[in-house]
Amino acid sequence: MKILVTVKEVAVVDDEFEIDGLGIDERYVTADLNEWDEYAVEEAVQIKEAGDDVEVVTVTVGPEGTEETIRQALAKGADRAIRVWDDALAEAGLLDPETKAEIVAAVAADEDPDLVLTGVQSADDGFGATGVTLGEKLGFEWAAVVNALDLDRDAGVAHVRRELEGSVEALTDVELPAVLTIQTGINDPRYASLRGIRQAQSKELATKSLSEVGLDAAAVESPLEQTSLYEPETESEATVFEGSAEETAGELATLLREKGVEN
Amino acid sequence: MSVLAVAEHRRGELRDVSLELLTAGRELADDLDGELHAAVVGGDVDAFGEKLNREGVDAVHTVDAGEEFNHDVYTQVVAQLAEELSPSVVLMPNTVDGMDYAPAVASRLDRPLVTDAVALDTDDGLTVTRELYGSKVETTIDVHAERAAVTLRPSEWPTAEGVGDATIEAFDATIDESAVRSTVTGFEEVGGGDVDITDADVLVSVGRGIEEEENLDMIFDLADALGATVSGSRPLIDNGWLAKDRQVGQSGKVVTPDVYIAIGISGAVQHVAGMKGSDTIVAINTDPNAPIFDIADYGIQDDLFDVIPALIEEFGG
Ligand SMILES: Cc1cc2nc3c(=O)[nH]c(=O)nc-3n(C[C@H](O)[C@H](O)[C@H](O)COP(=O)(O)OP(=O)(O)OC[C@H]3O[C@@H](n4cnc5c(N)ncnc54)[C@H](O)[C@@H]3O)c2cc1C
Ligand SMILES: Nc1ncnc2c1ncn2[C@@H]1O[C@H](COP(=O)(O)O)[C@@H](O)[C@H]1O
Repeated sequence: MKILVTVKEVAVVDDEFEIDGLGIDERYVTADLNEWDEYAVEEAVQIKEAGDDVEVVTVTVGPEGTEETIRQALAKGADRAIRVWDDALAEAGLLDPETKAEIVAAVAADEDPDLVLTGVQSADDGFGATGVTLGEKLGFEWAAVVNALDLDRDAGVAHVRRELEGSVEALTDVELPAVLTIQTGINDPRYASLRGIRQAQSKELATKSLSEVGLDAAAVESPLEQTSLYEPETESEATVFEGSAEETAGELATLLREKGVEN
Repeated sequence: MSVLAVAEHRRGELRDVSLELLTAGRELADDLDGELHAAVVGGDVDAFGEKLNREGVDAVHTVDAGEEFNHDVYTQVVAQLAEELSPSVVLMPNTVDGMDYAPAVASRLDRPLVTDAVALDTDDGLTVTRELYGSKVETTIDVHAERAAVTLRPSEWPTAEGVGDATIEAFDATIDESAVRSTVTGFEEVGGGDVDITDADVLVSVGRGIEEEENLDMIFDLADALGATVSGSRPLIDNGWLAKDRQVGQSGKVVTPDVYIAIGISGAVQHVAGMKGSDTIVAINTDPNAPIFDIADYGIQDDLFDVIPALIEEFGG
């Protein structure tokens, strides 16, 4: 059995930052493995550890700079990684879910997985759409916002819980092969061990261009164009207490007492 | 150039977001000088159809297809409706169920999709405003296509009111059962536990800024000193540091205490959905740009590890 896990490197923006054109000035940005993908990787690795003959392959659409992040997933137990990138992608505008799903689908067509795990959303641009788009493109079944997964390989079914609004979960049976978008909290992601980090260095991390996955530059053409990026006008009407921690705590204490708060 | 808005319901209730879609849809339809169509798929479609007949709605299409949401059914039905009506824009909710079918509908129809819209504009083609980086910045996206699909963030538009004079008609969709390869077998309420955070007058709510589980002691000390109850944002529950029944937000509880003190919580939209109705909101956060300050009444822009001990001291803790 093969599990494909999509892994995205996300941009984490500092408290104070500046905008540079259509992006954040890179001086104020650090890279990290997308939180949701961390849970997806862990879920795949746990399935691998619980069963025989399971291979976990990560797929990333991203530049060379993402390799350190990809190695994190390898260090946590993924077997090998595929990274798709080339000049056409580097020059593309918005990498929307449709574009990303098309590229991942091309990789999947080649890898022929039984299960694909993605994150529910990426922490930076938060489309929350790549996984389900991928399911549709592959002709796989899917389920979005999964917070429990029980795989019945013999029956070819994934019993999942979809986390709905208001502490309600929908129990759903999904036929395999399937794409599941994984919600945080589904498991307890491990820290990479020193041994894992060492091993990750020698695991295969294959880089492919669009043409190597069977696509051409048209794949990155999108009818969506990002036209501006700005800090929204603050809607804040908050009274901000100024001063040392003692002073602000004092003012807050006065306020709380006025509101009748006291043990 | 019409607009199609797809309603959402669950366990017998039409969800509010459906009526928000109608408001946004009417504005769009006015801009495009076209009709607003609404659709409801499954459940008590007659009753839902009546409810969707709000002012400004031109037609409601009801599709009798099962009781509850199933994405395979929704995808087929909405795609067929869109092919029949050929609307300029298909509006769907950016809810958990919306996330489960809207991308498939867009992909099947070969329409570009923009998710989680907070504003729409049609001055020069369709422009969608959305937020990035946990609501720290906004971006506009121009859609260079005749037809598009957009999902709307809940609670951004008011609900449509009044009674309209829409035609309410059953739409006869063809459902390929062999393409329905997922089954909803039931629903389960999660949580339980012995604390009812929805009952508390004062909530001391803690987020990822607390860094370590051990540091929670300080938060419980503060809650003791204030006679308050401790709640938290999702990462604390995901980490197992707080029980699920203490989670505030979209997938947790909706709370409306007299005072809500958000400590080290950024104010992500899914968190805010659970606490924005609180009477007085206090935020303590080192990041002056944290979106929690947009909804706070009072703020302290400082390190919680300095402020909380001082506050405990104030209350003689
Ligand atoms: C489908 C779905 C459902 C979700 N449901 C929920 C839900 O029900 N509830 C929920 O909460 N989230 C929910 N989320 C997650 C949500 O998107 C955010 O990831 C989450 O709310 C972030 O929690 P946080 O604010 O504690 O953490 P972060 O966003 O990491 O914020 C931590 C904050 O702490 C501040 N901070 C750090 N150190 C200090 C310090 N020393 N002193 C003061 N401040 C400090 C930082 O400036 C930052 O603003 C959901 C997400 C999805 C996709
Ligand atoms: N560039 C990318 N490379 C690999 N996976 C991605 C990429 N972008 C998104 N994904 C996957 O799709 C999920 C949802 O992302 P999004 O639809 O962008 O919010 C993420 O959690 C990833 O698992």
